[in-house]
Amino acid sequence: MWRTLKEIRRYPSAIVGLFIIGALIILAIYTVIAIPYSRAIDLWRAGPGTWDENPRNAWPVWLDFFTPQKLPRTIIVDLEHAEVREEEVSEDRKKVELVLPVNFGYDGFPSEITLFLNTEGIAPGTRVRYSAVWENPLGQRVEIAKRRSMRGSEIYYISQDPQLIATLGAPGEYALFSDVNLRVAAAQRTVLKGTYRLYLQAELPKEARFTGRLIVYGRIHGLAGTDHLRRDLTVALMWGAPVALAFGLLAALGSVLSTFVLAGVGSWFGGWVDSLFQRLTEINMIIPMLPILIMIGQFYSRSLWLMLGVVILLSIFSAGMKTYRAMFLQAKEASYIEAARAYGAGSGRLIFRYLLPKMVPVILPTLIMVIPSYVFLEAALSVIGLGDPLLPTWGKIISDARTADALYKGYYYWVIEPAIMLMLTGFGFAMVGYALDRVFNPRLRTL
Amino acid sequence: MRDFLRVARYSLVKAILLGFAVVVAVFITILIVNMGGRLDDIRKQEILNQVALQVTANPAYQELPPSEVRRIIEEKAQLEYRRLGLDKPFLVRTAAYLKNAITLNLGRSENLLSDTMSREVRRIIIERLPSTLILFGTSSILLFFTAVFLALALSRHYGSWFDRLVVSLAPTSTAPGWFYGIFLILIFAAVLRILPFGGMVDAPPPKETGAYILSLLKHMILPVLSMFVGGLASSVYSWRTFFLIYSSEDYVELAKAKGLSGRTIERRYILRPTLPPIITSFTLMVIGMWLGAIILESVFNWPGMGSLYIAAVNSNDTPTVVGINVIYGYLLAGSVFFLDFVYALVDPRVRIGAGEKKGV
Repeated sequence: MWRTLKEIRRYPSAIVGLFIIGALIILAIYTVIAIPYSRAIDLWRAGPGTWDENPRNAWPVWLDFFTPQKLPRTIIVDLEHAEVREEEVSEDRKKVELVLPVNFGYDGFPSEITLFLNTEGIAPGTRVRYSAVWENPLGQRVEIAKRRSMRGSEIYYISQDPQLIATLGAPGEYALFSDVNLRVAAAQRTVLKGTYRLYLQAELPKEARFTGRLIVYGRIHGLAGTDHLRRDLTVALMWGAPVALAFGLLAALGSVLSTFVLAGVGSWFGGWVDSLFQRLTEINMIIPMLPILIMIGQFYSRSLWLMLGVVILLSIFSAGMKTYRAMFLQAKEASYIEAARAYGAGSGRLIFRYLLPKMVPVILPTLIMVIPSYVFLEAALSVIGLGDPLLPTWGKIISDARTADALYKGYYYWVIEPAIMLMLTGFGFAMVGYALDRVFNPRLRTL
Repeated sequence: MRDFLRVARYSLVKAILLGFAVVVAVFITILIVNMGGRLDDIRKQEILNQVALQVTANPAYQELPPSEVRRIIEEKAQLEYRRLGLDKPFLVRTAAYLKNAITLNLGRSENLLSDTMSREVRRIIIERLPSTLILFGTSSILLFFTAVFLALALSRHYGSWFDRLVVSLAPTSTAPGWFYGIFLILIFAAVLRILPFGGMVDAPPPKETGAYILSLLKHMILPVLSMFVGGLASSVYSWRTFFLIYSSEDYVELAKAKGLSGRTIERRYILRPTLPPIITSFTLMVIGMWLGAIILESVFNWPGMGSLYIAAVNSNDTPTVVGINVIYGYLLAGSVFFLDFVYALVDPRVRIGAGEKKGV
């Protein structure tokens, strides 16, 4: 068998397929080690603070290579690095001014501007009032916040401030990054390159200070981009690999092996066992598997592993039963089986030691070829919203993208990336499977 | 005449088996939907809440002491349970559900309404059935004839570059139709903006018949194409193999030696023996397509049974869920029966009754 298996080298498509499968397995192992299960779930749940520094719906950074402009990336200015001017006003109070420089050299507008501000060394519950002034490279100044009040910490969404939009005539991320005196809509503005400055002014108790960061969100982020919840898609793209491989492999093994063994037992004993299996197969063909899975997903649990069990259970008496049976009926008549029977081997020994091993080459291609169909089944369940509620998977990315109308809004990367991963997995296994099929089924090989 | 009897007997046995399969499928559906009686408990609670609301809102009962009101609520709820048959034991209840379902007595939906504002499950489903049938009928017929034609053409030019191309494209069929649908939407609807993202007709639907059909056709292109792309390569590949196997038989060589024309040989000696396995594989494909319809319809927002099913499942509308499963069961059984019947017609072994058919 190993010698036959080596013949697969003659098929270039099989080599490509094996390469893809190998890469996926390495990716899966790396992912499970680098982002442990619980961490992946936490990241994907996207609790407060998890993804604060990521822009929303940002394209992947490699888009930059295909566009003539330099697309804006996220700029984070930490208040630690700000230039601080202090001035004593009284015994225990001081006037503080922080200058936050933003070096902006991109050809597009950023997507959002947000200030995360905390105060340290202030009695809890005390209000602090601060003002903020924005200065663009032309030297124009805009007062974006005037004696704005805050307690311990606040997040000021500058670009969404309705008052600011009203005074500037366009959302902050456009108006603040162009000629401020123009009162035109966002589309008619051009971005200014250079150093912008945010001046934060406040009166604080002597021992108090500001911490936090100013984030100017870009339009591209990470290797895979981000979704509507600022989640980095790489997490789900990576975690999709172990989930898809595990689901596909286990489902394929479970269903093909159980069908195979039962077909062997049925055709060996013949009689009522055989006809029972045959009838069950014919009935099972009509049982609507997907609707049943959907019902179970909705009414019981969406756990991936429950789905796996049901899938295997429903595929035991699948169409493969007929094919295997036909082959077993032929193999049963082989003379070595006759010989084994003559020396008194029992049915169990005959089936499991003689009949089944002989047929393994026949099911190996099938085993490989059905893996993608289960991978796509899992994706299909996710796409209609019945995916595992916790795990990030490729299907769930597509599902999120679909509910967020990603294609309509032009966030193509959001759909293309998981789709390509699915396609690679599918084609990788299929290419190896088809090649194995030709190697092991001589009837096809001569053709 | 004897041939006819054999075909009839074969079909009858098939029909009985398929009927039994439908019953089993529906039974499983009912068991799952009812969650071993849990759903009935939920329904009971809902009825109790409703009755309680009615009683407390009724001015006639407002003067009564609370214990009396509670008794009235309990009484009315029991009456309602009896009316809906919820007081019977689980097995009897299930059997009653099963009988109703099989006889297409599908009852009334809980949440969903048909476009004509009817609550009758049968009406809701019948409203959606044509749109599903038109989509899947078109694509299966298109797929079948294109694949047979292409497979035959490839087997004729075995080894040509086109043949090798199709063989190397065979793995593309591992991805299901809905998957290609997403790509097609991306290309034709999102980027090129020449075809609609989904739906069945423009909104509002055109008044004239001609314009309506045009709009329907425009919306059908992408879903039909995605099913077509999803199924074509592997069918052509495997059917080509069937053709090649049968065209290397000795009797084909003999026919060639006799000097029969290529067309006659193909029709009489290659196509005929190949049709039974092709029909078997097509049957399996049709079943897959029926079930894939659920996903495909939801990807394309096609207002058919698949999207209805998802809506019903999402709103926990038990009668509709069971109803659609029953219809699916009948549709699957009907398709399988029809193809089995065709099989019986084209496979001489069934007509002559010689031996059992063997899997290919």
